[in-house]
Amino acid sequence: MSRRHWAQRAGFSLLAFSALMVVIPILIVIGSIVMRGMSAMSWEFLTQMPRDGMKAGGIFPAIVGTILLMIGTAVVAIPVGVGSAIYLSEYARDNFFTRSIRLAIVNLAGIPSVVYGLFGLGLFVIFLQFGTSILSGSLTLAIMTLPIIISAAEEALRSVPTEFRTVSASLGGTKWQGIRKIVLPQALPGIITGVILGLLRAAGETAPILFTVAAFFLPKLPESVFDQTMALPYHLYVISTQVPGMPLEIQYGTALVLLVLVLTLNLGASILRSYFRRRRQW
Amino acid sequence: MIRVDQNKNHLVNKISVENLYFYYGKFPALKDITIQIQDRQITALIGPSGCGKSTFLRCLNRMNDTIPNTRAVGKVLLDDKNIYSPDADVINLRSKVGMVFQRPNPFPQSIYNNVAFGPRVLGFDKSTKNLDDIVEESLRGAALWDEVKDKLDQDAQALSLGEQQRLCIARTIAVKPDVILMDEPCSALDPIATYEIEELMRILKEKYCIIIVTHSMQQAARVSDWTGFFWLGELVEFNHTHEIFTFPRSKLTHDYISGRAG
Repeated sequence: MSRRHWAQRAGFSLLAFSALMVVIPILIVIGSIVMRGMSAMSWEFLTQMPRDGMKAGGIFPAIVGTILLMIGTAVVAIPVGVGSAIYLSEYARDNFFTRSIRLAIVNLAGIPSVVYGLFGLGLFVIFLQFGTSILSGSLTLAIMTLPIIISAAEEALRSVPTEFRTVSASLGGTKWQGIRKIVLPQALPGIITGVILGLLRAAGETAPILFTVAAFFLPKLPESVFDQTMALPYHLYVISTQVPGMPLEIQYGTALVLLVLVLTLNLGASILRSYFRRRRQW
Repeated sequence: MIRVDQNKNHLVNKISVENLYFYYGKFPALKDITIQIQDRQITALIGPSGCGKSTFLRCLNRMNDTIPNTRAVGKVLLDDKNIYSPDADVINLRSKVGMVFQRPNPFPQSIYNNVAFGPRVLGFDKSTKNLDDIVEESLRGAALWDEVKDKLDQDAQALSLGEQQRLCIARTIAVKPDVILMDEPCSALDPIATYEIEELMRILKEKYCIIIVTHSMQQAARVSDWTGFFWLGELVEFNHTHEIFTFPRSKLTHDYISGRAG
């Protein structure tokens, strides 16, 4: 075999190996969590309050808390994020002001999550006196989620051909009518995908909720946005590090619930994206 | 520029352009254009690529406004009102001066919604008309009704290119314009679809003032009543189509239509 054929084959193998290296850790993580966590799975585990210093019973309040936090985050982050994306993609001219906005978004995405947590503690919990509450936690998570939603939504809006905006204008439509009736519906699948991905990140983070909302243990469910709540990632952190003699299966069970929640949403986003991509004709 | 007396009694001036200049930055894409365009006639604009004919067309409904760093100087009178005067309503202007583009570009929505788009965004008098009637009327006007009447809720982009272009014409006439601008409307179409569009133009000119930019001199000769020849941003010659193609007054025009220049 000639030298260049050999090089071709070696290169191919190397690249395939690199690609495989991405898959293997994920399979191991999922596999081990499923294997060790399945034994904890039961209807009681999902629907009951923790008992005996969290060493028995279920993780119901943590599941509810995480879902509440995701809803709270969505309520804040979707309008602000999608609104910013529409502004940046459709209205903003390229000037110092919009370049600063873009720079801010990029930097927002790069801030470590624990810094968001401290920021939320400073601004929402203490300064605005929302206290350690679902409100503070949701706002903190929303700010962390914004860059993801804005970038995805802006990209989705930009991928709608300029032509449609031109035609809308040529038919006497105002700019907003063109955006509202043509551009937004076309960009919607991309925007939804971005929103889901952003919320996923919010669902899995521990640091931002650490000081702003998460409770170690609560005997009852939260009753208003000013209440604290338990949440899956923080609960997992607590039972893994703060409670001596914690049964392993409860730890893995909790991890499994979080993983399933996140992966299901992720899968949903992927299906949605590929479904709309196939239907798209431009 | 060479011109002849256009004032025949049955013709009505629809658009008068007076000393129009158009600049991309500092580059003058149109120089001192003066032209009278008649209602219920087809006016063809010919010339080589980059001569300014499309730019000129887009000056007539101010679609060039959306391009940054451009400037129009001069007057464009539509029914004696200057569309470039500071108090002119651009959005309203575009409902009076419709446009059909080079590439058929229906929205990725149903046939019905495509035609209904204009009336919906502009609003229409619901006491005298309903949307279904407007859609049917417009599709009939574009000679498309019989082909699509049973599939109005189907995706417009599933139509053939020729049908798509007629749908775009239907969408344009649904807003009841006075003028229809056509920017090389047949360049993406096969000869049969082209023929159908040209037939349609002959019907449409009974009601509308039509201005078409075309690269095909045969097309200009076939469909138009008037022809303007653009060269390097100037209107070199404007005359009855049969005059231009039989006795061009300018040597440039003569060379271009005989294929020796351009």
